[in-house]
Amino acid sequence: MIEVSHLVKTFGDLAAVDDVSFRVGPGECVGFLGPNGAGKTTTMRTIAGIFPPTSGTVTVAGHDVVRDADAARRALGYFPEHAPFYPELTVEEYLAFVARAKRLPRKARPDAVARALAACDLGAVRRRLVGTLSKGFRQRVGLAQALLGDPEVLVLDEPTAGLDPAQKREIADLVLSLRGRRTVLFSSHVLPEVAQVAQRVVIVDRGRVVAEDEAGALAARLGGSSALRLRADAPVGALRDAVAAVPGVSDVAVEGDRVRVEIAGEEARAAVSRAVTSRGWTILELAGEAPTLEEVFLRLVGGGRETAGAPSRDGDARPGRDRAGADGPRGRGGVA
Amino acid sequence: MIAVLRKELASWFASPLAWVVMALFLALSGFYFYTNLSFFLLNGGFDLTRGLWQYQFVDLLQRNFFLLPLVTMRLFAEERRHGTLELLWTYPLRDAQIVLGKYLAALVVFALMLAGTAIHPLLLLPAGAPVAAGPLVAGYLGLFLVGAAFLACGTFVSSLTDSQVLAAAATYTLLVLFWALTWNEFAVGAPVLWILSGLSLFDRFYTFARGGIDTRDVVFLLLFAAVFLAWTLLALGARRWRGVR
Repeated sequence: MIEVSHLVKTFGDLAAVDDVSFRVGPGECVGFLGPNGAGKTTTMRTIAGIFPPTSGTVTVAGHDVVRDADAARRALGYFPEHAPFYPELTVEEYLAFVARAKRLPRKARPDAVARALAACDLGAVRRRLVGTLSKGFRQRVGLAQALLGDPEVLVLDEPTAGLDPAQKREIADLVLSLRGRRTVLFSSHVLPEVAQVAQRVVIVDRGRVVAEDEAGALAARLGGSSALRLRADAPVGALRDAVAAVPGVSDVAVEGDRVRVEIAGEEARAAVSRAVTSRGWTILELAGEAPTLEEVFLRLVGGGRETAGAPSRDGDARPGRDRAGADGPRGRGGVA
Repeated sequence: MIAVLRKELASWFASPLAWVVMALFLALSGFYFYTNLSFFLLNGGFDLTRGLWQYQFVDLLQRNFFLLPLVTMRLFAEERRHGTLELLWTYPLRDAQIVLGKYLAALVVFALMLAGTAIHPLLLLPAGAPVAAGPLVAGYLGLFLVGAAFLACGTFVSSLTDSQVLAAAATYTLLVLFWALTWNEFAVGAPVLWILSGLSLFDRFYTFARGGIDTRDVVFLLLFAAVFLAWTLLALGARRWRGVR
């Protein structure tokens, strides 16, 4: 379990993290999203005990990361951004070092190393120098060191950065396999990856939490303006003109034999349907197009136009939740 | 701490630099031993039990000066560059254990290098040459302590940067400064000279080289090392207010 409460971390005048609170329950996998510079890494480093919070508290498996630092660190496996490694050691030597550094009992070390090697499918390369491995393997070595000693909590900072799609898939599968058995906080700025593995998503921007919800619910909740794809047994031009006249339709575009209709709300959806059938046409296809997490993300951190005061799932008003959109478009939409 | 020490030694002996540095050290000290010995034999009349070693130890000190910054330059700079330092901080290790582990590893490497030069007095024994233990003990103790001070200085500098080259260069600069402090006794007044010669690492060595052990020198050199190690701890602790980089 990870509990972050009113975390503030400043470096000089810069507030890298500004009053962030969230919780990752036991066995839960939470995606931690935000553009570069949003405070993800600083938050994760604070959880990992690399530096103490300026104010606020962080607990890992119930241990305060400052007052009970040793116990908190023993309960935690951390994967830093840009998989770090000692190029001159073999995979096995490196993991043996990590086992000693994590203060695993001497007798438990060989077994712990063997299990970490197996979990990350590193058996074939265990005698290779880490420096000679491909990026995908090095990333797995990084995960193996985090998993070593079976810590209850895993904090993974962009574990898929710089990998090809197949390697990303492998890492995602590995994280998925931990679901339910470990508490995982997984950061990324690539949304589909998070959507694959995380049950819940916390989105930060400029050092604050701007949204927190289940991955699917977040998209649905913020999807006030969504799109429909419509196909009917009518000439596509006539169909377009008929639909464009419906109140609540903001945009219509022809896409092959279908039209894509942007609507403002649920009433418009029914009105579109009626407009088609009242002309004697038959609807062959009418599919809702929910906004992807990517679009939600852009709305929250980039434009922030439609989602001012986005309520949290449980309706409370934790600090930092209510500022999305407060300062309007900032031209940061390209970061994802 | 032992974990860090073992890892450092494994890393050191896995690098080609280690073998180059150690080979250079042994080759140079052997060469100087040969020239010093021939000098004494040819000239005769000198006190072989003390005079020879005095020359030899001063020469060895110079080898240390050139080679020890190459031992320490990677200690922290390499970890910063690879991002592994950040990872060390997430293990249940205290900063002091990390610093001491690395520093002790450098001391072990240095002790091994020094041990390699023990062959020189041993070579003289079968030849029936007089070898007195006292000056040798004093000389090696002095070399080890001054070396320990060099290594602490290098450890500190390495903790400030992620560039090994920069770490070595800055360590040389600092050591030259401590060396050259008293080069020109006439350039400064007596009170300043008293302070400067107090701080000079190299002046501290000459008593040892002559076969004497002055506890003031021992304490000074140990303190010198301790101060630089404490600064190393502060440099690592700076992440609290300035972040990891």
